[in-house]
Amino acid sequence: MHLEEVIAFITLAALTLYALMGGADFGGGVWDLLAHGPRAKRQREAIANAIGPVWEANHVWLILVIVLLFTAWPKAFAAIMTALHIPITAMLLGIVLRGTAFIFRKYDLKKDDVQRRWSRVFGISSAFTPIVQGMILGSLTTGAIRVENGIIVTGFFAGWLTPFAFACGGFALVLFAFIAAAYLTVDTAHDPEVQNDFRIRAMVSGLALAPISAIVFFTSKTNAPYMNDGLTNWWAPLLLLATTLCAVAALIALWCGRFSLARVAALCQVITILFGWALAQYPHLIYPDLNIRNTAAPEITLRLLLIVLSVGAVVLLPSLYYLFHLFKGHRAE
Amino acid sequence: MGMSLAFHIIFAAIGICMPVLMAIAEGLHLRTRNPVYLELAKRWARGTAILFVIGAVSGTVLSFELGLLWPKFMEHAGPIIGMPFSLEGFAFFTEAIFLGVFFYGWDRMSPVAHWLSGVVVAISGVMSGVFVVTVNAWMNTPVGFDFVDGEFTNIDPIAAMLNPAALHQVIHMTLAAFVATGFLVAGIHAYFFLRDRTSEFHRAAFKISASLACVAIPLQIFSGDFAARRVAELQPAKFAAMEAHFETQAGAPLLIGGIVDEEARTTKYAIEIPNGLSLLIGHSTKTVVPGLDTIPRDEWPNVALVHLSFDVMVGCGSIMFALAAWAGFNWWRKRKLDQSTWLLRAFIVVAPMGYIALEAGWFVTEFGRQPWVIYGLMRTADAVTPMPGLVVPFTTFTCVYIFLSVILIMLLKRQFLETASPKTHAP
Repeated sequence: MHLEEVIAFITLAALTLYALMGGADFGGGVWDLLAHGPRAKRQREAIANAIGPVWEANHVWLILVIVLLFTAWPKAFAAIMTALHIPITAMLLGIVLRGTAFIFRKYDLKKDDVQRRWSRVFGISSAFTPIVQGMILGSLTTGAIRVENGIIVTGFFAGWLTPFAFACGGFALVLFAFIAAAYLTVDTAHDPEVQNDFRIRAMVSGLALAPISAIVFFTSKTNAPYMNDGLTNWWAPLLLLATTLCAVAALIALWCGRFSLARVAALCQVITILFGWALAQYPHLIYPDLNIRNTAAPEITLRLLLIVLSVGAVVLLPSLYYLFHLFKGHRAE
Repeated sequence: MGMSLAFHIIFAAIGICMPVLMAIAEGLHLRTRNPVYLELAKRWARGTAILFVIGAVSGTVLSFELGLLWPKFMEHAGPIIGMPFSLEGFAFFTEAIFLGVFFYGWDRMSPVAHWLSGVVVAISGVMSGVFVVTVNAWMNTPVGFDFVDGEFTNIDPIAAMLNPAALHQVIHMTLAAFVATGFLVAGIHAYFFLRDRTSEFHRAAFKISASLACVAIPLQIFSGDFAARRVAELQPAKFAAMEAHFETQAGAPLLIGGIVDEEARTTKYAIEIPNGLSLLIGHSTKTVVPGLDTIPRDEWPNVALVHLSFDVMVGCGSIMFALAAWAGFNWWRKRKLDQSTWLLRAFIVVAPMGYIALEAGWFVTEFGRQPWVIYGLMRTADAVTPMPGLVVPFTTFTCVYIFLSVILIMLLKRQFLETASPKTHAP
């Protein structure tokens, strides 16, 4: 295995962790936006308590992905940032508003109208950001972004405005909402009514993933043929089977009220989806011109990066374990 | 980008210094069991929570903007300076994790463990600042590669990280964070303490923050002298612009203030200290100081801006130093921190100066490097994105940041007003 492949794997792992943790925080914001009925306030409180201590740490996975990208594949980084300037700027705006609205709501007056205003900003930016993130990732495989001699020749609107990219955006949104609801069923064990609310939400969004993934698949035929080819490879049925099994397991576990199990199944579902996407896209970063080999940084950089990552992991992983143990662990059962 | 940086640097400095203050306050509580210190640590933590989120999101924006605005810069520099960025990523990760623990863990863990998590936040906060500044230092003194035909080859990321400007920039910036935040916090508490002299809370807060600021500022003056001499050696153009020094000469005068005329190559109405510059740089009136005349005209930075910013920074630094000397002298005489009305008033006046100096100093180092983005190698204009209409995201983010600042000030004010109520003891 080459160095760049090792780092690509780590980058994918970081991206997956971002989806599992940071993605769920966005999903929580979506449910905050959609909170209604007599228990809306309790739902919002449960969401805020669940993401409060961890969301800032979860968010750093995205920064890690970016740092890995520009250290290991600087040319691809420059190209992505140029071609997708507009959606990425939009995503940043969403990130800024989501984080600040969440904190401002916590520390602002407890009056209803003030709280509602911040909730709305928080919720809308939480829903908006994953859509754009899905569009950005989706656009990379469309083949619409072309690079010649290190210069983007297809302008600033290529790829991310295709139906396929939009389908990816919708998929990301529903996926994040689904895992957030699945996690929240575990976090709300002390309040069975609210727990049941999230149970229903998790099942609805989990079921909604099926038609949306079908849309992603069909739009990929015209917009992202390379992805489509990838999805019809020999390994694809296996992966699809694994994803489907996870999804069904999550839904059944939710139905039966086995929430810890549902959480694990939802986690596995996200992991298989992202790894499937990565396999279908491999080895390209921007299909078809830039891949992880022809844009890789010199070997010494990659080697040092790997050392830094190992040292960092020694500090990071126990710290993260401690964080989640402290705030999530004791409620697990 | 510049605007984002100028905005971020404020919150970054707070993110470096506030955890130290919180950890000191909680540590004092552990030692003295005085509940005032615990209350203080909690209050500071609430303020920091609001500020930190802005530091974190504006930092995220920056990490993307590197690529959004300077794709060519990142394309070439990424492999060379990626290492400190990755280290920074981990330091920041650690800071975010333990801030979560610190903010939400008050009653979930033992007091000592909680205090230790605060210490971890403080250390990782300083470290992440250190790593980022090494990157900026590299842009000033790029090393660790061979530059052949417009390509960077044979790169050595470790040498790049330990570049010649790294040491003085890291020291100067880290101390600046302590000075700026220390004086700001001290000034705010001095204000509330003046209004309510019975408040143990504000007395304690003022004592801690003012002590930190007064220790940091003399060190900062020394580090500033060291930094200036390193800059003179490494970046003569920046140095000459800082001092508005046009003509190479021995016995060069030190110019303070004045109106710079780049075309006529003179500075009018400046206060002139004969031989001052030569004395500062070489400790001798004979030292020859190279002026801007040794630099090709099209490689000059904006002399007026850099000179003015430099003087603002030094001016603010000197005032803060004078105040620290006053407070220190009184402390030495009475063996306790003076709390006279006049001293407190002076602290209120001086409160914003640390941040003014910080921003001015940042202007010096950034505009002093122009027209280069990588000093001597890549011009800023060559690194910029081909994206048209950049004014749109620029305006949007400026508006967002202004909006956030307004809300922020509103919220912090409310936090302080709650604090200002005569609640000196936690129940």
